[in-house]
Amino acid sequence: MAVASNEEIRILTPSGMLGYGFPIEHVKMGLALKPHAITIDSGSTDSGPQKLGLGEMTCSRANYVKDMEVLLEAQQEAKIPLLISSAGGDGSNLHVDVFRDIMVEIAQRRGWRFKLAKIYSDVDKALIKKELKAGRIEPLGPVPPLDPREVDAATVVVAQIGAEPFNKALDESEGVDVIVSGRAYDPSPTAAMAIRAGFDPALAWHMGKIMECGALCAEPVGRSVMGWLRRDHFEIEPLNPAERCTTASVAAHTLYEKTHPFLLAGPGGTLDLSQCKYEQVSDRRVRVSGSKFIPANPYTVKLEGAKTAGYRAIFIAGARDPIFIRQIDEILARVIDVTRDYYKEIPPETYRIIPHLYGKNGVMGELEPVKTPAHELCIIVEVAAATQAIATAICGKIRTSLMHAPYPGRIATAGNLASPFTPLEIPLGQACEFNVYHLMQVDSPTALFPVQYEEIA
Amino acid sequence: MAPSSSNTVPTPLREIAKVVRSKNAGPFEITLDIIFKSREDFDAVKKSGVITKELISELYNVPTQAIITFGFFDLVNAVKITLPRPRAQGAIGETDMHAAQQHVPLQEIRVPWPVQ
Repeated sequence: MAVASNEEIRILTPSGMLGYGFPIEHVKMGLALKPHAITIDSGSTDSGPQKLGLGEMTCSRANYVKDMEVLLEAQQEAKIPLLISSAGGDGSNLHVDVFRDIMVEIAQRRGWRFKLAKIYSDVDKALIKKELKAGRIEPLGPVPPLDPREVDAATVVVAQIGAEPFNKALDESEGVDVIVSGRAYDPSPTAAMAIRAGFDPALAWHMGKIMECGALCAEPVGRSVMGWLRRDHFEIEPLNPAERCTTASVAAHTLYEKTHPFLLAGPGGTLDLSQCKYEQVSDRRVRVSGSKFIPANPYTVKLEGAKTAGYRAIFIAGARDPIFIRQIDEILARVIDVTRDYYKEIPPETYRIIPHLYGKNGVMGELEPVKTPAHELCIIVEVAAATQAIATAICGKIRTSLMHAPYPGRIATAGNLASPFTPLEIPLGQACEFNVYHLMQVDSPTALFPVQYEEIA
Repeated sequence: MAPSSSNTVPTPLREIAKVVRSKNAGPFEITLDIIFKSREDFDAVKKSGVITKELISELYNVPTQAIITFGFFDLVNAVKITLPRPRAQGAIGETDMHAAQQHVPLQEIRVPWPVQ
């Protein structure tokens, strides 16, 4: 096993997202560079609230098995720690256990042994409400203040793990080979390895920030990336020889999906990149220095939660007749009025009808600057209601009414819609909504995150 | 190519910038990046005075005081704009889960640019 010297720690990140796949030959090339750890993130809120709300995972189980088997094999060969964060996408306890089960399955099939640490991040709702009452929770960005009823409504609330719990897991039990964590700040595994080896936390967080996206910092963007962190700088290089890091690509990477280009807030502090220096040290490698880290006092962690919000059904239909397309807004408004009138017994505030008109303004809604009518429309009507039965029924009523709606100038009297699929109304199941996105003060960076150890064989 | 002569035509940003994109920055914000090919282009667009908070407010129907980030950042030759999302990501009525296609009004902004 490679031991980090006082002068350098090397980290290999095979991909920006576990479960998306990565070229095995590039990981092998990375292993040849003798990394001290493999880090890979699995988390994101980006594909929606249904993961936290319904316990879904970002990728299919089969894709996680495939990626994890390659990484565990690398861990077994190189005898270096493998750190996986934000299990399943949301990082709920449920998914930490799913990842653990996948690892057991692989280990048994391949005859591997390793010591696993699991870091959990679900937060007790009673604690959240207590901290809320104590004034220790505030909105993160354009979010309403937290209401205790929303805490109760959330399926699960997770907190983002910083570097400290990873280091606790590595320090407190001898010989941990693999860590699977709940919801973590994406750079935490990489930053933790470097901070634990005594390197500058600012550089550690900055390198982690870049590497958590894999080789997204390269041109063209890629998957696998290698980082070298030294006393006063770090260097970054994609593992695919067809890609290169440039000063521009690495500097611009911190714009991606971030509120601000230079100020990046995370557990325990804010990374300030406004004074960074980027140097091209080879055709494909960039050196970064000058990162600053401003510790937060008090230490805060981000809470994430989502709730279910009724059921949805949709229908999808095409329209091609220009006489109909010209009048679509008026026709739809009439159909919706008739439908609301028909369902008098259902309180109107308990359901919503939302048309999506592709070919008109389906992507941008009211912000759409182009007003020219298209020659065809894709009409999707979304109905949200308290139960699936009601949502599907209302959706069906709108579809049949729209199919046969009369309108001025109509000469195609057999039907207004071209339907591509059955079922004609598609039940979408439960809808979800992010309802907790707040910062909570904590007295200890590790107290919220219990660690469990297990010998896997 | 940055303006060097007085002979200019209004040119959309999509023909000038290297990157014009939109994306979620967490579930409650949308962030827009305009990254230029060179410092010269960045400086020329900045100097044109066309891209302002007021213009963004109009294009995205957001009051200027609600704009979270707006700036020309010379270290990365980029303009970055962060706005509140019209609704929480993925909520009922969502039209763009990743907010990946909300950049178009921005790339159609026309800046006086030298005739090629």
